[in-house]
Amino acid sequence: MSILDPNSDAKNKLKIASLVEAEEAFLAKARTNANSVYFSQHHIEPVKPVKGEPARSVDPLQRPQNRRHFLASVAVLASSSVAGRAIAQTTPSLEGKAPPGAVWRSVPEDATKIPGTAIGEDGGYGTRSQFETEVRWRFGTKTPLSSWSMTPLEHGVGIITPSGLHFERDHGGIATIDPATHKVFVHGMVKQPKKFSMLDVKRFPSISRILFIECSGNGLTEWSKPTLKTVQGTHGLVSTSEWTGVPLSTILNEVGVKSGAKWLLVEGGDAAVMTRSIPIDKAMKDCFLAYGQNGEAIRPEQGYPLRLIAPGYEGNTHIKWVRRIELSDKPFMTREETSKYTDLLPSGKAVQFSLIMDAKSVITRPSGEMTLSGPGFYEITGLAWSGRGRIKRVDVSTDGGRTWKPADLQGPILPICQTRFRFPWVWDGKEAILQSRCVDETGYVQPTLGQLIEVRGLNGPIGSIYHLNAIQSWKVDTEGRVSNVHYY
Amino acid sequence: MFTTTKLFLQVTACGALFALNTYAVGADPVRYGFGEPASAHDLQDFVSSLPDGRDLPSGSGTISRGKQVYDEKCASCHGQKMEGGVGDRLLGGRGTLVNDDPKKAPVKTVESYWPYATTLFDYIKRAMPFYTPGSLTNDEVYSVTGYILSEANILKGDEPITAESLARVAMPNRDGFILDHRPDHFKPADKHPRLR
Ligand code: HEC
Repeated sequence: MSILDPNSDAKNKLKIASLVEAEEAFLAKARTNANSVYFSQHHIEPVKPVKGEPARSVDPLQRPQNRRHFLASVAVLASSSVAGRAIAQTTPSLEGKAPPGAVWRSVPEDATKIPGTAIGEDGGYGTRSQFETEVRWRFGTKTPLSSWSMTPLEHGVGIITPSGLHFERDHGGIATIDPATHKVFVHGMVKQPKKFSMLDVKRFPSISRILFIECSGNGLTEWSKPTLKTVQGTHGLVSTSEWTGVPLSTILNEVGVKSGAKWLLVEGGDAAVMTRSIPIDKAMKDCFLAYGQNGEAIRPEQGYPLRLIAPGYEGNTHIKWVRRIELSDKPFMTREETSKYTDLLPSGKAVQFSLIMDAKSVITRPSGEMTLSGPGFYEITGLAWSGRGRIKRVDVSTDGGRTWKPADLQGPILPICQTRFRFPWVWDGKEAILQSRCVDETGYVQPTLGQLIEVRGLNGPIGSIYHLNAIQSWKVDTEGRVSNVHYY
Repeated sequence: MFTTTKLFLQVTACGALFALNTYAVGADPVRYGFGEPASAHDLQDFVSSLPDGRDLPSGSGTISRGKQVYDEKCASCHGQKMEGGVGDRLLGGRGTLVNDDPKKAPVKTVESYWPYATTLFDYIKRAMPFYTPGSLTNDEVYSVTGYILSEANILKGDEPITAESLARVAMPNRDGFILDHRPDHFKPADKHPRLR
């Protein structure tokens, strides 16, 4: 399944509709979960009839300690046993069933009156709290073997994406590869073709870098009209990890590059045997083969045991499950750099090798489908990133782009990495349009959607599909409800 | 305090030197000698292709054999007429790429969009059939590649399909691609933004 289906309009509608459906299914659950930022106080939840009793509805407003707003106080929850008990009461569906990545433990009335879980009970590998429920959700493609899942950016704090929430995209399922037998072959225009075991790879001096990876299809549903409702849906194909591995320059030096070599093909060992051509200058400059992610081995869905990191390039070039590198004088023109990942313009010409991800930012809180609890103070926060270097500044507008004020940037501000921004805001209860606009160190200013469409055109419902980096608008209505809109 | 700073400086200096030694691309970088030579035998099963036909494996196919392969192993997902199903539509769409209509999508297929026939061999060889990738012989892949191209009215005749013949195929959209010209230069944003 390709990200988009260029085949017919009917099908396009169908596919986007199923993406909308996937998000709606997720939201339906989230709205009834007191622990979710999307928890809706106004939601009336039907209660299953108990034997002999007629069905009745319970207004969650009546429940003790309901938490619904995006500024819900986690501190209160953590420090108060009353709140803890309330959660246990208000989320009966969670009882006995832990969310993915967690283990269910019974919740005592008062955690100060009974010993907690013994160290070692987790077998030596920790899990997240049973009260934390955010997950990646997947687009309902016809086959889950070529699909993608999105990072819940609205829950994120700081700049690192938890490894288990890093967005995924693959074209043939998640390969299972034993590192003990895995080999990487490097050949083509080299003086000495070589093969490296994982042990060999790890013997080389390593580097670590905190970098974002973004799929160039991020936001493809948003070209012609606001389509998905949450920031997870509109922007969730970007994540940030610390990656550790060996520079490609080290490996290439080891085999000796023949003069005239200009491109290298990097190939995955998954069922799609995914391939992309990378310019050799880029490979020598800063690409590396990563075996580490956020302090441990790279996750299977991220390419275990070895993934290419091409800093600032579109996600598809970051080949996972790397098994082979071939050097050549010309690009290989693989399917993913011709049929896909090319940007077709209204002129009929398509831009090829549009590899770099341009600067982009988005407000993650408050964002689509959240509700402000009333006029007063809110911290607007979000993320900004650029494939061309550091983020220099982020401006925030609460009036739809008429006026802008600089946001605070939270350090570290690293090149080709997500940077967190914050902006204090007192909401007066009137309608507002929230936007963020970033500038990177090259001076590039994130465009409005209007500016972007001006140069890229809108040839079909999903335009040129890839590389949508326009300013995102969130509308706050007088009830405090936040929604995805186009405002430019 | 002082000693800590000094130590820190020394370590940083070492780090910098080491970095230079290790990552310098030009003059005289370190060679570690890890890994083993890869033999021709090690590399024989890998397939990749360049548009001029280099790197494609030996073998040949025919369009009629390709029809058999397609009906048996591809049609279930790509449709009897290559109109698409679980897998992408493979035919049609010529003349739809020039398009300024936001309501109408251009139809991008092997026939209308792909610039090189070699890519078709390469992709089928590595990734198709979707549930049993890598199961076709080179001759079968040459054949089915030829069949798709003939159904697309790109290839005609009974000439055997080989690395050389695929390199000679003139795909309809061969000249449809331009190089990246970003960063874009935008006109000023609309002074009167509004809901759209
Ligand atoms: C089980 C279903 C299935 C079968 C059988 C199958 N395919 Fe596919 N095919 C797919 C899917 C799914 C994709 C998209 C893969 C992706 O997401 O990258 C695809 C993609 C393709 C593409 C790329 C189209 C494009 O525009 O990028 C070609 C070409 C192709 N298949 C040819 C074949 C051929 C030839 C066969 C028979 C030998 C075959 N397929 C058998 C499911 C199938």
